[in-house]
Amino acid sequence: MNEKTKIDWDEADGLEVLTFDIGDERLAIEAANIREILDLLPETAVPGAAPLVSGVVNFRGKIIPIADLRIAFGMPVESATLDSRIVVIETELEGEEIQIGLRTDKVYEVTTLDRARACAPPVLGMRWQREYVRELMRQDEHVIVLPDLPAIFQAIRLPQNPKGRAQ
Amino acid sequence: MSSILTVDDSSSVRMAIRIALSGAGHTVAEANDGSDGLNKARMAKYDLIITDLNMPNMNGLDMIREIRKLPIQTGTPIIFLTTESDDSLKQQARAAGATGWLVKPFVPDHLLKVAQKVLGR
Amino acid sequence: MSEQDPAAAFRVEAADVLDATEQALLDLTNNLSSRELIDCVFRGMHTLKGSGAMFGFDALAGFTHHCETAFDRVRKGLAPATPELVATTLSAMDHMRALVEGGSDELEAAGAAILARLQASLGSAPSASAEDAVVQTAPPATLAPGAAPAAATTGAGWHIVFYLPSDSMANGTNPSILLDELRELGETRVTALTDKIPDLADLDPVQCHIGWNVELRGSASRADIDDVFIFVMDDMDLFIEPLDSEEPAPAQAAAPSPPQAPSPAVATPPPPKSQPPAARKVRPVEETVRVPAGRLDVLMDRVGELVIVQSRLAQLAETGVVGAAGELALRSISEEVERLASELRDTTMVLRMVPVTALFARFRRLVHDLAHETGKSIEFLTEGESTEIDKTVSEQLADPIVHLVRNACDHGLEPADERGAAGKPATGRIVLSAEQAGGEVLITIQDDGRGINLERVRTKAQANGLIQPGQALSDHELMQMIFHPGFSTAEQVTNLSGRGVGMDVVKRTIEGLRGTIDMASQPGKGSRVTLRIPLTLAIIEGLLVRVGTGNYVIPLAAVEECIELRGEDDIRSRGRSMIQLRDSLIPFLRLRELFATGTPPDPFQKIVVIGTAGERVGLVVDQIIGSHQTVIKSMSPLHRDIPSFSGATILGDGGVALILDVVQLIALGQQREERLRAVG
Repeated sequence: MNEKTKIDWDEADGLEVLTFDIGDERLAIEAANIREILDLLPETAVPGAAPLVSGVVNFRGKIIPIADLRIAFGMPVESATLDSRIVVIETELEGEEIQIGLRTDKVYEVTTLDRARACAPPVLGMRWQREYVRELMRQDEHVIVLPDLPAIFQAIRLPQNPKGRAQ
Repeated sequence: MSSILTVDDSSSVRMAIRIALSGAGHTVAEANDGSDGLNKARMAKYDLIITDLNMPNMNGLDMIREIRKLPIQTGTPIIFLTTESDDSLKQQARAAGATGWLVKPFVPDHLLKVAQKVLGR
Repeated sequence: MSEQDPAAAFRVEAADVLDATEQALLDLTNNLSSRELIDCVFRGMHTLKGSGAMFGFDALAGFTHHCETAFDRVRKGLAPATPELVATTLSAMDHMRALVEGGSDELEAAGAAILARLQASLGSAPSASAEDAVVQTAPPATLAPGAAPAAATTGAGWHIVFYLPSDSMANGTNPSILLDELRELGETRVTALTDKIPDLADLDPVQCHIGWNVELRGSASRADIDDVFIFVMDDMDLFIEPLDSEEPAPAQAAAPSPPQAPSPAVATPPPPKSQPPAARKVRPVEETVRVPAGRLDVLMDRVGELVIVQSRLAQLAETGVVGAAGELALRSISEEVERLASELRDTTMVLRMVPVTALFARFRRLVHDLAHETGKSIEFLTEGESTEIDKTVSEQLADPIVHLVRNACDHGLEPADERGAAGKPATGRIVLSAEQAGGEVLITIQDDGRGINLERVRTKAQANGLIQPGQALSDHELMQMIFHPGFSTAEQVTNLSGRGVGMDVVKRTIEGLRGTIDMASQPGKGSRVTLRIPLTLAIIEGLLVRVGTGNYVIPLAAVEECIELRGEDDIRSRGRSMIQLRDSLIPFLRLRELFATGTPPDPFQKIVVIGTAGERVGLVVDQIIGSHQTVIKSMSPLHRDIPSFSGATILGDGGVALILDVVQLIALGQQREERLRAVG
C-alpha cells in the first residue's frame, strides 16, 4: 500500500531523510515526503478530532491538520520550546494525497541513511508500536526511528466512523 | 488589411480560420449559422465571406443566395467549405453565387492562398 | 482553455455536438420519420467528420464518415430509419466519444463491429459499404492534376484566350486579380477582346462582357494556368495552347473541358503537409467553463471601477490622511472597495454558473437504456433546464441523480401489467425538474410508480437492527431509514439498483455539497425525491462567534435570531437544555460543553437560534463577533468525519475558524430533546 509515499532505498542502499527529535527520540522521515519546515503557527483546536491530530493551521491558504506523534507512541505531551518547528509532510491516505504538519522539538538536517545499519525492530522493549515503525537505524550513539506515517494516520481512521453515525 | 466574415456552426473551424487569417493581418468576424451570417452580411461590407454549407438555421446555399441579393455585398467574393468531392454540390454553390471553394480538411496555408486568390494582393 | 488551440476547442465542441446529436437520436426513436431530426443527426456527424479531420482526429473522422454515409442514405430516402439503426447509432455515439479522446487498436476493432451492425441495420445496401469512400483525412490533392492532358510545360509559354461567365463579377470573381495571377507566372502581353460587348442599350453594367487574349512567356505549366482559373473553369470559355503553335487562336474557342472534373481543391503547391497534430497529443484536458460574453463585460466594468478606486487610494497614500477631510476620503474609498469586492464576488460566482440542460440531457439516454433493460415503457420529462447551477456542483450531482433515476426506473415504476391492474397507463413517467428558490436550487426526481412501501421499510430496518420491533416512528422517520448505510428495500438485487452505491452515499454526496435530500411518497401514486443545493459553494455569509478561545462560523442562512441567555434562565435550564422562546420550547446545545473548551463561560452568554425545515436548535456561545464573508475551505480527510463541522475558513488575521455543520447540530439537538422527552 501507499506505493506513492513510500520511498524506496536507492541503488546504493541509501535513503535521504530529514532527522528531528521528538522528546528524547530521534526520528527520520523520507526527504522526498517533506514539504516545508515552518516556525510555529497559531493552531486552532478541532473539538472532537482524534488526539493525534487535535488542531489545524492555515498553511498557505490550506487548512492542514497538526499531528503530534507523541500521542501515537504513547509519550507524554510537552509544550513547545524555542527549537520547536512544524515539519509539513505529504502522505497518502485512502488514495488521497494529504499534507500534515508534524510537531517536532528540534530539526536537524537532511542526511542519507545506510541500509546496512538497519536493525529489525525488537519484539520487546520498544515504546514504539511495531506496526508504526518502518525501520530502526543505528547511527552514532542514536537509534533513529523511521516511522510508517501512512500506517499511523490510517490507524486513526479505523474503525470507520463515517459522518452522521458518530456521537 | 481585409475584413473577412467566417460562417460556420463549428466553433473550432471558426477559430482555426480566425487564427490563420488574423495572423496574416486580416480582421475576422464570425457567424455561427446561415441566418447569423446573413444578418452580419446585411450590416457590414466584407471583403470576403467564407462559409460552411451544411449548417442549421439556413444552410450555406440559401445564405449565399440571400447575400447575393444584398446591394452592400455586390461583388463580395464568397468561398464555401466542403468535405464532399461531390461535383453537383459545387455546381449548386456556384449557381447560388459562390466565388470559389475550399476543401476540408485544410491547412492554414491553403486558406491563405484561397483568400489571396480572390482578394488579390 | 488555450484561446488559440482549435484542437482543444474541437474537443469541447465535439462533446456538445455529440450530446445534441444523441438527443436528436433519442427523439428520433419516438418519431422515426422526422426529416428534421434525421437532418440534425446527419449535420452533427458531418460537423464531427469535417472538423475532426481538420484538427487531426483522423480515427474519429474516419469512423464518423461511415455513420454519416449511413444517415445520408436515410436522409435521401434510400433506407428507412429503424429502431435498430437508431440503437446502433447510439452506440456509435459512445464510440465517437471515446475517439475524441484518442484512437487505439481496441477502439478500432470495436468501431469495426459497430459499423458492421450499422450496415446490417441499414439492410446492408452495398453502396454504403465500408470501402465506399475513405474520408479525406489525407490532404486533398493539389489542383487539377488531371487537367493537363497535354505536355505539362512547353518552355516557350502559352497563348490563352478567355471569357468569364457573365455573372462572375457579381459573384465575386475579379478579372484583374486573375490577370495579376497570370502575370505572376511569367511575362505577359494582355489584350482585351471586345467582340462580345453588346450594344449600349443591351449592356448590363454588372455583367462581364470583355474577353482577354494573353500571351504568357516562361516556364509555367498548364496546371499552373488551370490553377488560376480553377473557380471559374467549369462555366467559362477558355482556350489554351502552347506558344509558337502555328494554329491561330480561335476567337471563340469552346473551353477545352478537362477530361475529368478537377479535384475540389485549390492551387497550393507545394503539396501541403498533413495537419499538424501536435496539439492533440499529450496536452491534458483542461477544465473549461463557457461564459456568455455579457457576463465578462460586467466583470470588466467592475475591474475598471476597481482600477479607479485604486488610483484614488494611491493618491491618498501620497498626500496622507490629513484631518477630517482626509478621513472622509479614506472612508469613502473603503466603502467603495467593499462594494466592489462584494460585486466582484457575485459576478465571479456567476461566471461558474451553467444551465442544468447538459446535466439533465444525459439522463434521457440513461432512461432510454434502462427502459430497454427492464422492458418497461418509460416516458421521461425534464423541466426547468435553464436553471443555473455552479459547474462543480453540476458535475458532482450527476452520480447521485443517476442513482435516483435508476431507482425510479427499477423500483419505482411497476411493470406494465401491474400498472394496468392498478388502472394506470402502461407507460410510466419520470419527471426530472430544477428550479431556483432563493439561494438554493431544488432538483426533484418524481415517478408515478408504486411508491415506497413503508411497512417493508420497517421490516427491513428491523431486520437490520436499525429500529426496535414495535418502535413508534412517524412516516417521515421511517422514510429516513432509507438513507441509512447499506439499506436497500429491493428484495432482489437487480442489475440496476444493486449496482454501485446506496442511498446513504447519495445522501452523503448531497450533504457534501451543503445540500439536503428529502423523500416523499404516496403508496400507489409514486415517489418524489427533492435535492436542495445551495447556489454556490465557495463563499457563504456567516456569523462569526467565539466559544471558549475558538472562533466558529455559523452559516447565516440558518440563523433565525440571536438572544441573550439570562443568568436565571441559564441556571433554571441546567440539566434541561430547553429554553422558552416566546411561545415555544426549543432545545439548545452549550457549545462550550459540546466542544469541551475547559474554559469558564463568559458572563453574558448568547443563544444563536438556528433552524432548517421547521426544526430549531439554540446554540449557546460566549460571544457574537459579527457577520463574516466566509470562504469555505475543506477539512483534511483526517477531520472530515467530525460531525459538528462542515469546513473551515481563514480569518482576517490568518487564523482558522471552523464552520459549524447546521444540519448535524440540529439533528444532535433533536436527539437530545427526544431523549429528554423519553426520560420525562
